[in-house]
Amino acid sequence: MNFRKVLIGFICLSLLAAGPVFAKKKMIQVKGSDTMVNLVQVLAEAYMEKNRQNPIAVLGGGSGTGIAALINGTCDIASHSRPMKNKEIEMAKDRGVIPHRFIIAVDGLSVIVNEKNPVSKMVMDQIGAIYRGEITNWKEVGGADWPVSLYGRQSNSGTYVFFQEHVLGNQNYSQDMKQMNGNAQIIEGVSKDKYGIGYVGVGYTLDSDGTVRKGIKIIMVAKNAGATAYSPLDKAAVDSGDYPVARPLFQSSAGTPQGAVLDFIKFAISEEGQEIVEREGFFPIGSSHQEENKKNMK
Amino acid sequence: MKKKITQFLGFFFLRVCLYTVLAVLLLFLFDIGSKGGKVISWEFLSQAPRRGMTEGGIFPAIMGTFLVTIITAILAVPMGMFTAIYLNEYAKQTRLTRIIRLSIRNLSGVPSIVYGLFGVILFVNVLRFGTSILSAGLTLGLLTLPWTITASEEALKAIPNSYREGALALGATQWQSIRTNVLPYALPGMLTGMVLGLSRAAGETAPIMFTGAAFYLPFLPKSLGDQFMALPYHLYVMATQHHAISQVRPLAYGTALVLLLLILIMNLAVIIVRYRLRRVKRE
Amino acid sequence: MKRTSWIKLKESAIRAFLFTNGILAVVILVGIFFFLLYTSIPAFREVNIKEFFLSKNWDPTSPVKAEFGILSMVVSTLMVTLGALAIAVPIGIGVASYLSDVAHWRVREVVKPIVEVLAGIPSVVVGFLGIVLFGPAIAEVFGLSNGLNAINGSILLAIMAMPTIISISEDSLNAVPRAYSEASLALGASRWQTLIRVKIPAALSGIIAAVMLGMGRAIGETMTVLMATGNAPAFPKSFLSSIRTMTATIAIELGEVPYYTTHYYALFAIGLVLFVITFVVNLISDIILHKYQEREL
Repeated sequence: MNFRKVLIGFICLSLLAAGPVFAKKKMIQVKGSDTMVNLVQVLAEAYMEKNRQNPIAVLGGGSGTGIAALINGTCDIASHSRPMKNKEIEMAKDRGVIPHRFIIAVDGLSVIVNEKNPVSKMVMDQIGAIYRGEITNWKEVGGADWPVSLYGRQSNSGTYVFFQEHVLGNQNYSQDMKQMNGNAQIIEGVSKDKYGIGYVGVGYTLDSDGTVRKGIKIIMVAKNAGATAYSPLDKAAVDSGDYPVARPLFQSSAGTPQGAVLDFIKFAISEEGQEIVEREGFFPIGSSHQEENKKNMK
Repeated sequence: MKKKITQFLGFFFLRVCLYTVLAVLLLFLFDIGSKGGKVISWEFLSQAPRRGMTEGGIFPAIMGTFLVTIITAILAVPMGMFTAIYLNEYAKQTRLTRIIRLSIRNLSGVPSIVYGLFGVILFVNVLRFGTSILSAGLTLGLLTLPWTITASEEALKAIPNSYREGALALGATQWQSIRTNVLPYALPGMLTGMVLGLSRAAGETAPIMFTGAAFYLPFLPKSLGDQFMALPYHLYVMATQHHAISQVRPLAYGTALVLLLLILIMNLAVIIVRYRLRRVKRE
Repeated sequence: MKRTSWIKLKESAIRAFLFTNGILAVVILVGIFFFLLYTSIPAFREVNIKEFFLSKNWDPTSPVKAEFGILSMVVSTLMVTLGALAIAVPIGIGVASYLSDVAHWRVREVVKPIVEVLAGIPSVVVGFLGIVLFGPAIAEVFGLSNGLNAINGSILLAIMAMPTIISISEDSLNAVPRAYSEASLALGASRWQTLIRVKIPAALSGIIAAVMLGMGRAIGETMTVLMATGNAPAFPKSFLSSIRTMTATIAIELGEVPYYTTHYYALFAIGLVLFVITFVVNLISDIILHKYQEREL
């Protein structure tokens, strides 16, 4: 065990690792929404097949993480499933980042329960009351005498915030809600939990062959008591707003998009991109969305 | 008679404790080994993930872990050794050195997420290294430093003073006596301690989560400033954040198995070397 | 003469190098504490200290009122740690006693490395097993709908803390002078009585130190609890409820927080609290061990 040998070996290892230090290869960083991460990854893979010179790195972390990264300057595109809050837009402008927003898909945010749960439709208000912790037993909404087991996301999730605004009426979530790390964990949890209820992006409720995943049941939602309840799988209902929990899915760039960033966003909203959106279980964007996108490209 | 019965029951309880621990370990290894083993193949180890990470392999994660561990080693190993040499051989054994030693040893008990916090603020923000192999490696290096210092010190302490005194009596300077009479004997102990520390670092997730590890990268990192995929973070992502977790569960098992094997191999090497050393010492 | 002065120069240079190296290491490590402190203080400009430590509600992104109370997560951390110790201490001391008193030396040679291997299993793998193995089992046993709760966390943390408790307790038991056990046996006590009434009490401070070190490990665990305890921020109702520890809170929210906001500083404040708690626990354990060693010698 010669000291010199060890030293030499060490120096060699360091040189090996040092190599091209900081020869940064420019990769487009897309960070953000977990709801969108699968969709964006498939889009990125399809895009890179024809554009090998523009590599794209897709990271998740939740809408809040993506927006924070855009503000902090650590990503090129933020995917988010909720609009940026005014506070965030101001903070961005303070740091010299003017976000340009694009709508790349539409989501019918789905409320799911375990397939053994007899309840199949609910009114928006009831869902809000359940998540605020006001309703704690399934029998209060016409189900069995079971305690409610809440599953939701964490505060970095756009879905969490969107749900809070639109379904909870901007009130606090029940502190008993199990805060899961992503849509998939909610699906896993609810499918194994007889008393469970959760909310996920519609793309996650379907299997790769387009059927509803095993173990869960999608709840039909009515805007108010007496109205018809619709399913998030119903494209017409989502488009017309009859399904009350539809939302656009966004990607924002820091400033006017240019170069590879612009190219990728254009791909996402192109026909080919929108086909991928449909295949992944979400809904393609409508004409009014396309108008808005064109405006924001300037 | 009563004494005998109590002893029998007592020792039986102790045996049960031992068997419980062994059973749990076996359960772990069996579960991961069997479910992970089904997935491991040359393709799994050498290819990148495909199709939204539902297929393909984990090579980028293996490479990422390897690269970040090298940076960790560069920070923690030399600094650890030299600090230990100074503390043990040169510094006067005052109250101050005792306090310093105590602080260092207790820093190894600080939660890994706290090192992660520190890494974010120092390396990612203040020093502007951004989220990169460098930031993550340095953060892990700091995490491992208390460990390497303590392990090196233990190795140095085990060398009897007579070795040093013998050399000094023959007219050697302090450094010469250390170099010829202490280090060669302490080095195996030091290095095994280092390897153990590095194996811990390789399995850490919290320090690298916010300093450089990424969910999915299309290419291998080409420089220290790039982000990277890493085995422990990959396992975490596959188990909790992936969009099709039940589908990729087998791949998660495979990742867990690879990570475990990597650490087991490092630990085993250390155990074997130490065992050989002890036998030599006994003779 | 020239040769000796060259050697003297080299000696001083080496000494200076080693000294600088050492100082640097110490400065960096101590610096961690000050950095944390420095980054936590801005949080208290906006958050009342009493509220921080005593409020049960942590909801920094609430649209209603941002709240920064850490009481629930502190209690959760303590719950899951005490649960872990309740499992790991008896079993750990049991195994240590077995290894030091009953086992054949060959068994020791085999079991000791096995315990070290258990210590080397990364926390993310343990957490993973908590999700796929222990979670469903716990759900079945307790008739729950879901196995992500404090008990799951306690079991996993017990597994992680045990190797520490075992190896240090075993060292302490072995350090008890043979004279003690021989005297006891000579007086007619059985091996079991010797173990329980003589050896363990004699090794008690070492065992306490071992337990405290294990406790420190459990408090500071991040990935395991993040993956297996359900992460519900509510004040825990029982061991069967989902809980969220301090470490998990930081790990969850650090990614989404815009830098240099109150929320950001508050997370560092939690980090500071964690640092202080684990450092103090480890320090006490270290002092006990030190006193104990001194006494024995």
